[in-house]
Amino acid sequence: MKSTSALLLLALLVSGCTGAQSILNAEGHAAIELKELILWIICVCAVVWLLVMIALVSALVRQRDPDGGAISERKAAVAISGAVGATVLVITGLTITSFYTTRALSEASPAELTIDVTAQQWWWQFTYVDANPTRAFVTANELHIPVGKVARLRLKSSDVIHSFWVPSLAGKRDLIAGRENMLTLRAERPGIYRGQCAEFCGLQHSHMALFVIAEAQADYERWAERQRGVGAEPTEAEAVAGKAVFMAKQCAACHTIRGTKASGTTGPDLTHVGSRRTIAAGLLEITRGSLAAWIADPQTLKPGNNMPLVPLTGDELRQLAAYMESLR
Amino acid sequence: MTEDRKQSSLMDDGLDDAELDWHLLKSWETPRGIWKVIATVDHKIIARRYIVTAFVFLILGGMLAVAMRIQLARPEARILDPDRYNQIFTMHGSTMMFLFAVPVMQAMALYLVPLMVGTRNIAFPRLNAFSYWIILAGGLLLWISFALDAAPDIGWFAYVPLSGPEYGSGKRADIWAQMITFTELSALAVAVEIVVTVFKQRAPGMSLDRIPLLVWSMLVMAFIVIMAMPAIVFASSTLILDRLVETQFYNPAAGGDALLWQHLFWFFGHPEVYIIFLPAAGMVSTIVATFSRRAIFGYLPLVMAFIATGILAFGLWVHHMFVVGLPRLGESFFTASSMAIAVPAGIQIFCWLATLWLGRPVFATPLLFVIGFIVTFVIGGLTGVMVASVPFDTQVHDTYFVVAHFHYVLVGGAVFPLLGAIYYWFPKMTGRMMSERLGRWAFGLIFVGFNLTFFPMHILGLLGMPRRVYTYQPDLPWGGLNLFISLSALLLVSGFLVFLIDVLVAWRSGEPAGPNPWKAATLEWATSSPPPAYNFRRIPVVDARDPLWRYPEELAVTAGLRVDRRELIVSSVVEALPEARESSPRDSIWPFWAAIATSIMLIGSIFTPWAVVWGSIPIAVTLVGWFWPKGTAEDIS
Repeated sequence: MKSTSALLLLALLVSGCTGAQSILNAEGHAAIELKELILWIICVCAVVWLLVMIALVSALVRQRDPDGGAISERKAAVAISGAVGATVLVITGLTITSFYTTRALSEASPAELTIDVTAQQWWWQFTYVDANPTRAFVTANELHIPVGKVARLRLKSSDVIHSFWVPSLAGKRDLIAGRENMLTLRAERPGIYRGQCAEFCGLQHSHMALFVIAEAQADYERWAERQRGVGAEPTEAEAVAGKAVFMAKQCAACHTIRGTKASGTTGPDLTHVGSRRTIAAGLLEITRGSLAAWIADPQTLKPGNNMPLVPLTGDELRQLAAYMESLR
Repeated sequence: MTEDRKQSSLMDDGLDDAELDWHLLKSWETPRGIWKVIATVDHKIIARRYIVTAFVFLILGGMLAVAMRIQLARPEARILDPDRYNQIFTMHGSTMMFLFAVPVMQAMALYLVPLMVGTRNIAFPRLNAFSYWIILAGGLLLWISFALDAAPDIGWFAYVPLSGPEYGSGKRADIWAQMITFTELSALAVAVEIVVTVFKQRAPGMSLDRIPLLVWSMLVMAFIVIMAMPAIVFASSTLILDRLVETQFYNPAAGGDALLWQHLFWFFGHPEVYIIFLPAAGMVSTIVATFSRRAIFGYLPLVMAFIATGILAFGLWVHHMFVVGLPRLGESFFTASSMAIAVPAGIQIFCWLATLWLGRPVFATPLLFVIGFIVTFVIGGLTGVMVASVPFDTQVHDTYFVVAHFHYVLVGGAVFPLLGAIYYWFPKMTGRMMSERLGRWAFGLIFVGFNLTFFPMHILGLLGMPRRVYTYQPDLPWGGLNLFISLSALLLVSGFLVFLIDVLVAWRSGEPAGPNPWKAATLEWATSSPPPAYNFRRIPVVDARDPLWRYPEELAVTAGLRVDRRELIVSSVVEALPEARESSPRDSIWPFWAAIATSIMLIGSIFTPWAVVWGSIPIAVTLVGWFWPKGTAEDIS
């Protein structure tokens, strides 16, 4: 048992560094503090466990002297008192450590940007708030933040309870209908960090991922500027036809593409869908093929999700996928 | 009492053993025949039913776990669709918590407490019969709904709004809520029986400081049930009201609150852990003492630790809610209280270790399970300390780290002692010994299989794998560990199979046990194995914590009870001084009919509120039958 756990611990240390969505792969201010605390507490507890195991083994196999019972009883009473005292010390120490970590987590510097996060079955909507409402914009399942800057997330849910969790950046926080929660993110290094809903939210709880892309300020500004713009007018013939299909079929009833008459709000905003890494909340990497697959049969890829199967001809499907891909 | 009754009453004073046995058997025995068996109120028969039923649910719940492990063995597997998977994990949690763990612990109390305190039946034996039929009906309701593909799919915690009228479609959440009602009823009934039996039916001389530790643990457990269950009664009733008659307890849009559910659920749900763990702690105390060949070291600290655990249990429910966004001060309080429970837990561990240290351990199977318990439960306790820290918890909450943690607590902390307890008391219950050889195999496979299955889940959690996912994507680094876990689960299952085979073989053809095969000290070993319907020929008199070690030859006994009807001694709460002779109820079919009527009402109320109105009439009829006055005095001081 001990050798297996040692082996597993080794596996933990090796694989912990490569995980895309891992507590041990800490790249955010909060996550780094938390990782330190977690490893520290685990070490303390491992030592406690070892001590108890040593006591257990020696209690079971020790040489027993034929007499001296009364003396041993007194010794045992002293030992127990000592052990209880040590327990109190250890848990007091851990409690205080955890208070200090909580304090260290609160951001001293003010937030540089505010993002409204609205979770719903089973995707994430991000609204980049701006004092000037014309500069605000909406996107889905992919959050961009500038490295080293504090992003303040206002967490809301439009249906059941979800939980926002990007372990490489920060601990999780629930999104609850009728309430607003707050979470701050500050990435220390540029990178792409995966996250996923952590509170059971129904059929497709498993496929409710998101990506946080932390990038240099300039890159972030460029991205945000493009997101503020309207959907790109297609030039390729297939994509032009695809736009017509989009507007003619039910698509426009649920999705918004700014700059067109599509203004549905049930599904994710698709104005710049082609610029995102994935579709369907982290389910598939975006390519023309995966877009077509998703549109053709969303219920097989993500059973139970709210996107209906829209009957399309093969040509219409290809055209629609081309249009989606062109929305960069 | 009239004169002719007095003359007709037959007392146990003047009878010799054989005559006494004959008369007692005539008064207490459950006659043959299906209706007689259904009507029985013998605590041993009912407890055995409970235990067997609970183990059937353990097997069913275990099969669900295997199904989940098959689905999770590789990424994006399509063996179970998400709907089925959600039903399965809900069924697994609900079955294990409500239909296995709590009932089996209470059932052990039902069997052992009357024997250990030296009385002839549990208090309120008809209520006891009722409670069994009720939990059976609740279990059937849940599992039939599963067979019909309409089982709850909302998790064993059933968070609103997912379980509410807006998002929980069909009757699934209603079935869950009413299943809970069944288990609440049964658990509360048993808890009341245990409290009264312990307080009022102890053998003369068994003062509070001479009660066996198992009985203490069951007493504290019963009090926790009595105080925790009302919260879930309220929660499940209001949930079904929200769904059935559109009250708006949990609808924020109408002034309700989604978090109210979580507070109510965990105000019950956290003590639930101790409802399961404390009986196990009692079993451990008993087994450690017997197989160390000495009295438990630190009786008083252990009792205090049980009570402290029971009280603290109500002060830490919020640690299940550390990520819902609570005020900082509240979080700090619940961190401190959650950490504090490590102190009584530590005291228990240290006292058991000291007993083993001071004694001369005999490595029989029950003790092996207890050793396995100490190894694993300390891990579970320590990971519990970890998740008690708010910042730590914000990362691991709702991940496989927590799955690992509570399986270490519940399987390591409660199922291991329970299996040890089965090996330990099986001879008493059946009169036959289980196999020591198979027992070692079962222990070895279960211990190794358990650790290989659940330890890696800690790592999966740290690697970011959330709970309650029916699958995960291939590019996430979880595939290898998941496959390893699924394969290890097979080892764990094989251990349970060996255990079951051992039980079945021993039941049919095990070695005869004799009254006290382990040379144990407590009163249940002072009668034959299995005990006769009346438990003790004469009620023992107790003046020590370990009566059978103090008086290995012969116990002092009382006399003066009637034998031509069911009678037992009522004694005082603290000193256990005899106060009265009380008649113990005869067998009755009415609890069975009352349970049927109650079940019809509860199941009907899933579909229409009118079921509560019309359904109460048959219940009233059966209760009238149940409590129909017999015209005999109940007790004589």
